[in-house]
Amino acid sequence: MTWVNVVVQGLLLGGLYALFATGLSLMFGVMRLVNLAHGDLSIVAAFVALAIVDAVPVNPLWTLLVVVPLLFGVGYLLQRGLLNFTLRGNDPLPPVLVTFGLSIILQNLLLEVFSADSQGLDAGRIENASIRVSDRLAVGWFPLLTLVTAVGVLVGLQLLLSRTRLGRSFRATSDDPEAAALVGLDHRHVFAMATAIALATVAVAGLFLGVRTTFTPSVGPTRLIFAFEAVIIGGLGSIWGTLAGGLVLGVAQTLGAQLSPGWGVLAGNLVFLAVLAFRPTGLLGREVPA
Amino acid sequence: MNAVALRVQRATLPSRIGLGVGLAAVVVLALGPLWALDSVLRTLISVFTLLALAQMWNLLAGYAGLVSIGQQAYVGLGAYGLLLFADTLGLPLLASVLAAAVAGTLIAVPTALLAFRLRGGYFAIGTWVIAEVYRLVVTNVSQLGGGSGLTLRAASTVDRTTRLYLTYELALVVGVGAVVVTYLLLRRRLGLALTAIRDSEQSARSLGVPVFRTKFAVYLVAAFGCSLAGAVIYLNLLRVQPEAAFSVNWTAFMIFIVVIGGVGTIEGPIIGTIVFFALQETLSGYGAWYLVLLGAVAVLVTVVARRGLWGLVADRTGWSLFPVQRRLEEHW
Repeated sequence: MTWVNVVVQGLLLGGLYALFATGLSLMFGVMRLVNLAHGDLSIVAAFVALAIVDAVPVNPLWTLLVVVPLLFGVGYLLQRGLLNFTLRGNDPLPPVLVTFGLSIILQNLLLEVFSADSQGLDAGRIENASIRVSDRLAVGWFPLLTLVTAVGVLVGLQLLLSRTRLGRSFRATSDDPEAAALVGLDHRHVFAMATAIALATVAVAGLFLGVRTTFTPSVGPTRLIFAFEAVIIGGLGSIWGTLAGGLVLGVAQTLGAQLSPGWGVLAGNLVFLAVLAFRPTGLLGREVPA
Repeated sequence: MNAVALRVQRATLPSRIGLGVGLAAVVVLALGPLWALDSVLRTLISVFTLLALAQMWNLLAGYAGLVSIGQQAYVGLGAYGLLLFADTLGLPLLASVLAAAVAGTLIAVPTALLAFRLRGGYFAIGTWVIAEVYRLVVTNVSQLGGGSGLTLRAASTVDRTTRLYLTYELALVVGVGAVVVTYLLLRRRLGLALTAIRDSEQSARSLGVPVFRTKFAVYLVAAFGCSLAGAVIYLNLLRVQPEAAFSVNWTAFMIFIVVIGGVGTIEGPIIGTIVFFALQETLSGYGAWYLVLLGAVAVLVTVVARRGLWGLVADRTGWSLFPVQRRLEEHW
């Protein structure tokens, strides 16, 4: 029963990882851009929520109404004003350098503004409430809400991609940017919308992270790494792969931590390396990482 | 019609002057223990080893298109290799430094085979994850001191001044060596192959350039260089902790130095290292703002002046201190 519990907790944790991985996967899918500041932007969202809660006494979950539109806007401007300029030509260097530089800037700005102290968002009773399934198995309401939100965001993204005009322009630009431009799509706007939506999901992820656990200005890179591992484990170019990747990573980490407290993250990393070695397309992916 | 004799030429007047000035500088620096305070020598050890790290990152990213954010793996492996060979196996310090670099290179073989499955930005994060794996493995091995690390005990077998001078000369050799080796490598076939791959991987492959083998070779050279620099850095610092030795900041510094100085040039990392240390000395009082500024400069340089400070100089003057390319010159 202990092991069942460990796996269930892993799946719930995986929901959070899937939420983090969604934005990374979307940006890569549409414009082959890997945003190394992905994790740090989620921490920025968490700190903005913290600042709001400090000023106005509301449940941090309400701050989603502000933080999500805010990061949507930041995403649009960031892509339009900076990142688009790094995508000219086929050179992998500029996007990596600019987003890595951005990551360093954000971490240190947060450090100056909020100090290195550990912070947390207090969502009240829901944080500790749980459904008791049996003596040794309890499902926390908040982790469950996280997993449901992750599935909801992924379903929403799937619908957006398959049913809407914007989704069609994402797919068209992803398949062939030149042909998309010929039929009148402005890739600068399409890319900016993709980053805006990606950062909106990052805002949700950052907030849920902040409620679930404590955070400091320097934990962004760890979030980036977990999101990346979930994407690769699940497979590139597959929305449900992203969910599967998050869940596998979550279970690997809780199982590893059960064996020895220091092995949690390492077990997740090893699963990632094993997938890279033996199944480079990921569990549900269609393409080799390129 | 005048007969025109064409000659393939590499060296230019600026490169000859540069070589002279460079040699003189190396001689003066090599005599450092005669004229410099111990504190200056310690700073110079950081300067030389960071120059070596930056030059290796430049070779990877600027020439082979391998944008790694995981070179801290080799700094850490070099540091722990030094501990292992010197303290556990009892090898002399100098031999331990070399053995640590060889060990790091051997570990780079499987690392490259895995990381090369990823490209571009995903290669960058992939190398980072692998560096994290090495950090976590070391942290979980209690014989290596776990999270709190170990101190190099073998250091006490050599007296303090001798060890400082030895480390200093070693750092100078590593720093200058990184520049010279990069230069010599790029003058060979490997340099031509890398240029071809940089311009178009597909056409290079169709012309018979062994793309995988070329990149693999560069990755191993960079792993050797970074492990060697890591071992020398910790021969100076003595206290090794996994958090610090495997910190991504090592790679962040390499990136700043190379980007600001000029990526894809041999002169760039040299200029970048000087600028980096000048900034560090003047701005260290500003704490995190200093890193915000470094990050902003790196972003700005990447977007506005792709080829960094040396690129600006070279565009104005046409100078090349390390002539890698061949020029045709006319002789009447």
